[in-house]
Amino acid sequence: MTYLETLPAWIAIPVAFFLVLGATLTLLGAIGLARLQSFYDRLHAPTLGTSWGAAGILLASMILVSWTEGRAVLHELVIGIFLMVTTPVTLMFLGRAALHRDRIEGTPGIPGAVERSDVPIGPVSPPEGETAFADPAEAPGEG
Amino acid sequence: MSAFIMSAALSYAQIALALAACLGGFRLLYGPRAQDRVLGLDTFYVTAMLLFVVTGIRVGSPFFFEAAMVIGVLGFVATVSLAKFLIRGEVIE
Repeated sequence: MTYLETLPAWIAIPVAFFLVLGATLTLLGAIGLARLQSFYDRLHAPTLGTSWGAAGILLASMILVSWTEGRAVLHELVIGIFLMVTTPVTLMFLGRAALHRDRIEGTPGIPGAVERSDVPIGPVSPPEGETAFADPAEAPGEG
Repeated sequence: MSAFIMSAALSYAQIALALAACLGGFRLLYGPRAQDRVLGLDTFYVTAMLLFVVTGIRVGSPFFFEAAMVIGVLGFVATVSLAKFLIRGEVIE
């Protein structure tokens, strides 16, 4: 709390604004994670925290440390870019895992893979149309 | 004046992030199914990483930032391997 007293107001106000914005969005995402009803709804809520929640807090840290050091400190961009690259990968993978488990257990209300065959995937329609998996990479013979 | 603004914003951010981590931990403990627990763990580590960054701003030490980077990398690996385990039943085939 010592070095924060020497900040000018034109640095302190944007830093405080980005801190409050990021923390509020992260808290809203966590409340959505706790309160939404189905898993596929809940999958969307924490991305509020990983997109602008993290971006706000990292921007605040970047502005403050750059002013303190007297030069441009961009270390926080490493965390930000890494988070923005990895979050869609992990959440789409987790959603596919949940869909796979729900199809195996036969949960009602889950769209099956066979109904997906009316969606045109390629120029040629699948020959039998009876494949159990919409994506050939999910076929059980793979791997 | 600026010390008061920064103190209030940092306290608010720390309390809000701690509350968000508690909600992620709630989903981790009471999630009805396994994928809910993995999602709760994902939220928990992202929130803990942001809490480390905010604590590093308040203390003025660069070590919290490095800890936050390590948490980010390891959390990504943890979530991907848990999702892989949910699909296949094993992580390394």
